[in-house]
Amino acid sequence: MSNEKVLEVRNLSKVYGKGCAKCFESTGPEHNTNICPHCGSIVAAHDISFDLYKGEILGIMGESGSGKSTAVKNLFFDEMPTSGQATFFDDGKQYDLFSLNAQQKRHLRNHRFGMVYQNPVLGLNFNVSAGGNIAERLLMSNLTNYSEIRERAIELLHRTEVLTERMDEMPKNFSGGMQQRVQIAKALATNPPLLFLDEVTTGLDLSVQAAILDLIMEIQRENKTAMIAVTHDLGVIRLLAGRTIVMKYGRIIETGLTDQILEDPQDAYTQRLVASAL
Amino acid sequence: MSNQAKTSDTPFRQASAEYNFGFLDEYAKKEIRRSVLKAIAIPGYQVPYSSREMPMGRGFGTGGLQLTLSLIGKQDTLKVIDQGSDDSVNAVNLRSFIEMTCPGIDTTTKVAEANLIQSRHRIPEQALREDQVLVLQVPYPDALVVVEPSEDKRKIMHGEADYSRLLVKLYEDIVKFDEITISHRYPTRINRHYVIDSSPIPRWDVPKMNDSKALILLGAGREKKIYAVPPYTLAEPLEFDDVPFRVEGFNDETGKRRTCHRCGCDHSFLDEFIDARSGEKLYQCSDSDYCDEQLKSLSVNQSLEG
Repeated sequence: MSNEKVLEVRNLSKVYGKGCAKCFESTGPEHNTNICPHCGSIVAAHDISFDLYKGEILGIMGESGSGKSTAVKNLFFDEMPTSGQATFFDDGKQYDLFSLNAQQKRHLRNHRFGMVYQNPVLGLNFNVSAGGNIAERLLMSNLTNYSEIRERAIELLHRTEVLTERMDEMPKNFSGGMQQRVQIAKALATNPPLLFLDEVTTGLDLSVQAAILDLIMEIQRENKTAMIAVTHDLGVIRLLAGRTIVMKYGRIIETGLTDQILEDPQDAYTQRLVASAL
Repeated sequence: MSNQAKTSDTPFRQASAEYNFGFLDEYAKKEIRRSVLKAIAIPGYQVPYSSREMPMGRGFGTGGLQLTLSLIGKQDTLKVIDQGSDDSVNAVNLRSFIEMTCPGIDTTTKVAEANLIQSRHRIPEQALREDQVLVLQVPYPDALVVVEPSEDKRKIMHGEADYSRLLVKLYEDIVKFDEITISHRYPTRINRHYVIDSSPIPRWDVPKMNDSKALILLGAGREKKIYAVPPYTLAEPLEFDDVPFRVEGFNDETGKRRTCHRCGCDHSFLDEFIDARSGEKLYQCSDSDYCDEQLKSLSVNQSLEG
C-alpha cells in the first residue's frame, strides 16, 4: 500500500434541522441518541475525521442510522455538510471539497469520483439502456466519439461480467445482481481514483454477493482505486477493508486495522457487534 | 402585398384604430425589447418575459407575434411565413392582424424586400442579410424538456452546460435506429454554451443559423421565453465526432436528387404531396416565394434564349 493520500476528512458534521448550541454535547453514543433533546434536530454525523490512501479500502461499519451513509453522501456532494473539511488529492492537485462551486463539484463527481448505491434505482437511469447509462457518464466527461463510447461501454460491461449482448437492454429487465454490475461499470467508466460503495451487496443472494465482492477486490488490485465501503455486514468488512471505522449515533467510536477490530474490539459496542455476528 | 385597400369596412377594423400602434401598449413593448437585448447579450439563453394575452390562442404564434409587434415600426417591411408559404391560413391571418394594428407598415412576400420576417417551420432558402431580422415562433423553447421534467433542474443544467443526458438520447437513437431520429427542433448549441430548441424548423434549416448574417429571435408565447441567435454566432447541432449531423436527403430510389415539379429546383427543401387527380407523388419547394423567384428567373432566361 502506498503512502499517497487520496482523501483527508476533518471534523465533518451533518445536522438535519435548525440545530442549537447544545446539539453536539447532548447527542452521541454516551447519550444513546442522535436526536437533540433541546431542539429536536438530528445529528446524523459529528466530528468525523479520517484519511484514505491510494489503493486502500476503508470500511465504515455501524447499525442503521449510525451516520455511515451520511458521511459518504456528503463526500459525494449528494448533500452538503453542516461543518467540517475534506481535501481530495488528485494528480498533485488539492481540492477543498466543501468550498468548490457547483460546476467544480460536478466535474469531480463526473470525472474523478464513482458511487455505487445500495439501490440501483439511485445510480442508474432506468429510462435508458445499460449501455446508455455508461455512455451518459462518458459523455459527461466529454468523450464525443460514438464508436469509442461504444467500445468503452463493451469493455466495462465485459469487465463487470455483464453479457455484452444485453447492453442495449433496459436495466429493468436485469436481475438485481446484474443491475448492480451495470452500476459498478458505470461508476468505473472514467477510471476514478476514488470510489464510494454504499451497501453494495445488501439484498443480493450469497453467490451474487461473493461475485460482486470478488469484482471489487479485482478492481482495487488492478486500478489501485481507493474506496470507502459502507456496510453493516461484518463479512464484507472482513473481506474488503484494510482499515475500519465503527460508527454509532453519528460518532466514530473505534478505528483501526480490520483484523484488530474484529479480533480484539475495544469498545463495548463493537464487542457486542462482533460477538453477535460471529 | 398590399391587398389592404378595403379597410374600415368591418367593425373590428374600425375598433382596431382605437388600439395603440402594434396592439401592445408601450410598456409591454419596452419589456419585450429589454428581454430581446438580454437574449442577444447571452446567446441561446432563454429569457423569461411576461407573455401577454393576444387575441388568438397561445400556440398559434403569439410568441413570434409579440416579438414582431414590439420590433416593427412604420418604416419596416414585413414578411410572414407559415410552413414555408405566405399564403397559408396562419400566415395570412397573422399578416392581416399586423397590418391592421400597425397602420403604415409595408408587407411583402419577397424575402429580399423584407427587413422583418416572422416565420414558423422554415428559414427562407434565400440567404438573409445583415439588415434583416428573422423572428421564429417557438412551441417548446427548452431542448432539455425531453430528458428532465423539472424546470428548476433544467435551469441548473443549462447554467452548467450539462447536456450529457441529451447526448445520451442521441446515443440511444443511434443504437436503436443507426441514426439520429430527430427530424425538427434539433438541439443546437449556441456560442459553445447554451443548447436551444431550434423551433420546429427541419434539420435542413439548422445550418442556416450558424454564422447567420441576420439576427434570429425566437419567441415562445405559451412558455413565456425569448432567446436569440445573434448575427455571426456559432450554432452547432449536437452530434458525435464519428456520427455527424446531417440534413434531410431528397434522393429518389436510384439515388438521384429529386427536383421541384414546379420550378425544377434541385437544391431546396421539398414538400411531398399527392396529386389529387393523378394520385401521383409530387415534390415541390417548401419555400413558395423561393419557388416563384426560381420560376421567374427561368422564364426570363427562356425568353432571353428565345
